[in-house]
Amino acid sequence: MSTAIANVEQYLESFVAVEKLSKGEPGWLQTMRKNAFARFCETGFPTTHDEDWRFTNVAAIARTPFSVAGPERSQVSTSDLKAWEIEGSAARLVFVDGWFAAALSSVGPLPAGVVVSSLRKEIEKNSGMLERHFGRYLDIERDPFSALNAAFAQDGAFVHVSKGVSLEKPVHVLYVSTERQAPTMTNPRNLVIVEQEAEATLIEEYVSLSDGAVLCNSATELIAGESATASHYMIEREHREAFNISTLRIQQDRSANVASHSLLLGGGLVRNNVHPVLAGEGGECLINGLFVGSGKQHLDNYMYVEHASPHCSSRQFYNGILDQQAHGVFHGRIVVHKDAQKTDAKQTNRNLLLSDDAQIDTKPQLEIYADDVKCTHGATIGQMEENALFYLQSRGIDARSARRLLLLAFASECLGRMKAGLARTHAERLIEGHLLSVGNPAPLAGTDASPVERSWEEVG
Amino acid sequence: MSLLEIRNLHVSVAGHEILKGIDLNVNAGEVHSIMGPNGSGKSTLAQVLSRREMYQVTGGEVSLNGKDLLAMKPEEAACEGVFMAFQYPVEIPGIGNTYFLRTALNAMRKYRGQEEMDAMDFLPMFREKLKLLEMDDKLMGRSVNEGFSGGEKKRNEILQMAVLEPKLAILDETDSGLDIDALRIVAKGVNAMRSPERAMLVVTHYQRLLNYIVPDFVHVLVDGRIVRSGGPELALELEEKGYSPIEAAARQTAPLSA
Repeated sequence: MSTAIANVEQYLESFVAVEKLSKGEPGWLQTMRKNAFARFCETGFPTTHDEDWRFTNVAAIARTPFSVAGPERSQVSTSDLKAWEIEGSAARLVFVDGWFAAALSSVGPLPAGVVVSSLRKEIEKNSGMLERHFGRYLDIERDPFSALNAAFAQDGAFVHVSKGVSLEKPVHVLYVSTERQAPTMTNPRNLVIVEQEAEATLIEEYVSLSDGAVLCNSATELIAGESATASHYMIEREHREAFNISTLRIQQDRSANVASHSLLLGGGLVRNNVHPVLAGEGGECLINGLFVGSGKQHLDNYMYVEHASPHCSSRQFYNGILDQQAHGVFHGRIVVHKDAQKTDAKQTNRNLLLSDDAQIDTKPQLEIYADDVKCTHGATIGQMEENALFYLQSRGIDARSARRLLLLAFASECLGRMKAGLARTHAERLIEGHLLSVGNPAPLAGTDASPVERSWEEVG
Repeated sequence: MSLLEIRNLHVSVAGHEILKGIDLNVNAGEVHSIMGPNGSGKSTLAQVLSRREMYQVTGGEVSLNGKDLLAMKPEEAACEGVFMAFQYPVEIPGIGNTYFLRTALNAMRKYRGQEEMDAMDFLPMFREKLKLLEMDDKLMGRSVNEGFSGGEKKRNEILQMAVLEPKLAILDETDSGLDIDALRIVAKGVNAMRSPERAMLVVTHYQRLLNYIVPDFVHVLVDGRIVRSGGPELALELEEKGYSPIEAAARQTAPLSA
């Protein structure tokens, strides 16, 4: 069941424009686009009758007449982006309304065998590497938003780390949306190839410079070769009305070790799809996340972990903090294919509801076709521990600070699963700042709200 | 003026009256023990003084240094010098012990208009106190009380007390669940803190702890009232005869309506 696209003519018009822009693209890519657009037109947007979208209604997206941002650039300067800088990253790629902004980006000296560039540039080069991987993993049949992305994707990050090379510092990819006349849709598309025994970390971060209507529909394909190690961070910090749909498709070869960390802090309606396929024996995948919602935020996490080979392990840990009327979703689907014996899959979702109106839907879904596997799942929903709160207060810590400490403690479970380094430090700083604005009633005028106690959202 | 003055204190929990008119004066420098059978209201008294919200005060007054204690939030009471060593210390995963203690100490210093203490000044003082309570440094790297044994948790309470240096220290059944070695260490820590500026309220069911922490006064609480007060010898009498004779006597003198 899906809904007709209300603005089908507009999408068609946009697609014609995109096709015009992609005239010079290789034939295989043009075909891929056409097929994807056809598929999208066929399915339309999902509705809540669709089991995968039961808890998330995207009617508001279907209704909005989005236009595709063209390559004309908004005026953004480096100083506008100062607040989002990660000092010491290996490279920083900035995309403004979906398009690569070379002047705002910087790529430091990289080890031999590492390529960090924009996807558009790679498409122009039409390297064999691109053709071999691009669009090979993203499932456009199952997911309309992936089809939409595949039809419209213009630009994004391209990272290639050759066999045995270790890129220790993270690559920071910043997607910035700016003030525009009409509701705008962007379809960022990233391709990360970490070859055999190589290592890389990618941070995808989504931010807004204005509060205009935006749909950011991103897709990332991350390919981890044999015994490769890769970490991916998805950080959503857009404004409170933004629509953000993201799909991370991970393809793991034998003994590859991949960690996906998601931090959903901003956005209005957010859907975070993480879809790893453990395709080679002995692979390990960590799927770790924290979502913090307040106001009317809707934060949906859809995990789809496919065990396709024996002796693989997957660990899902998602923690949610929901305040006011926020709505969180954790849907953890694990599919163990017939040959994936000795699979060890674990799933844990813990939630903290800070108000009577906050809501969480948590749903495990295990489909096991092998007979020698270990699969466990668990979910908890709780309130702030009154005993712990009193304990902290009885030691002189005021209620507001005590609540914040307890939230930080809850969040630190997620932070603790990140490898020490720049990316983790960045995540820690964001969460510490963000939690100041959650779980505490807004201070009354004239009380002790010192300027340092502002959330990152406000500062950014 | 006494440090702590309790006048005709009545307290209910969920509509059920637990304390039925308590009067007590505690001066700085004194150690008072509150003894009583299970369910007599000892812990309720400790919790009310540390301002736990679920206990509803239905009558009476409590002042600390002349200030209205019952008008204070838990954190204010703490900053004004009240410290309760919990009967069941709470485990708080995700918050480091040392960090927690320094945060608490600095919250109090800030309240009193003192400068906050940085890690450089805090750690040497902290190590001293750790030594006093014979506690392993390693425990401090862990989250608050997480994975601590019963004895370690109680020692951690006294460690916190030693760092925070309260004016009124309330020990709520600190002896429960302690073996004799742990009890000695805890008592040593408490005794080291006895001073002319500090009062202590030792709440206990058993006399055993009072062999190590010798009180100046002993009060026996039965059914929400103090039915007898005396010196340390009263504790010995209770040890010998149990609470039954006192409870029986209390029943005879209590108003029929109670």
